[in-house]
Amino acid sequence: MITTSHYLVLSLVLFSLGIVGIVVRRNFITVLMCVELILNAANVNFIAFAHQLGDLTGQVFAVFVITIAAAEAAIGLGIIVALVRLKRTVNLDQVSVMEG
Amino acid sequence: MDFFVANFAAIVFYALAAVAVAGALGVIALRHPVHAALSLLATFLAVAGLFVLQRAEFIAAVQILIYAGGVMVLFLFVIMLVNVRTLPDESQFLRRLAPVAGALGVLLAVLVGIGAWAATSRPPADPAPLVQVAGETAGNTEAVGWNLYRDYLLPFEVVSIVLLVAMIGAIVMGRKELQEKEGRP
Repeated sequence: MITTSHYLVLSLVLFSLGIVGIVVRRNFITVLMCVELILNAANVNFIAFAHQLGDLTGQVFAVFVITIAAAEAAIGLGIIVALVRLKRTVNLDQVSVMEG
Repeated sequence: MDFFVANFAAIVFYALAAVAVAGALGVIALRHPVHAALSLLATFLAVAGLFVLQRAEFIAAVQILIYAGGVMVLFLFVIMLVNVRTLPDESQFLRRLAPVAGALGVLLAVLVGIGAWAATSRPPADPAPLVQVAGETAGNTEAVGWNLYRDYLLPFEVVSIVLLVAMIGAIVMGRKELQEKEGRP
């Protein structure tokens, strides 16, 4: 029988893989994809608890999370396009303008 | 045959979860951005299937429309537009992080173990597929819409402003004047 805990474990694994990707990858585009992965893991949590509690508020907030994810993707990809115009690279190690 | 009928939900869950995790692994393991994007698409579709399994049909449809349809096309379009031929070398960066990765791996295993223990020791909840809205029985989409526009109208409007700001920001950053003002090194 599938319980909420199964979904939480799946969400945990997806979230961890997203964090690992952000830390490990140096390609800006892949890092953005990992952020999408993390937001999706948050959505799995929202839906799992909405299902367990029989309350639709979690589903409403999943809609908001998806909206924010779309806005974040648009901004991030806009930054990538501007970055490639200025620096001709998407490697995060080569764009440490702010000494990060 | 009886086994499959009795455990249908569990089999579907494990299949979709395996696809989702494999897709997520592909995102961080595959070198080429296009391959990573297609791998991410597999994850999104599998997660949408999991939403259907949890009776969140509207969110599943939104997930496919916006993630698989909108965000993924945007990613692939930018990858094609940028067309980076020299992929950065990442092996030397990985070696320094090996101890941290080991510690985090142990932590992940402990958390998964706790979750697996909790999954076997707690009874599952199984709410009704249809919900009561204003005294009437309604489907998932109607119920979500009712909640969204009645209880969460202000957050809904705020989110529309966030989308507007994101759109303006993307347009401003995508302009050509930026290039001419700064000059290319």
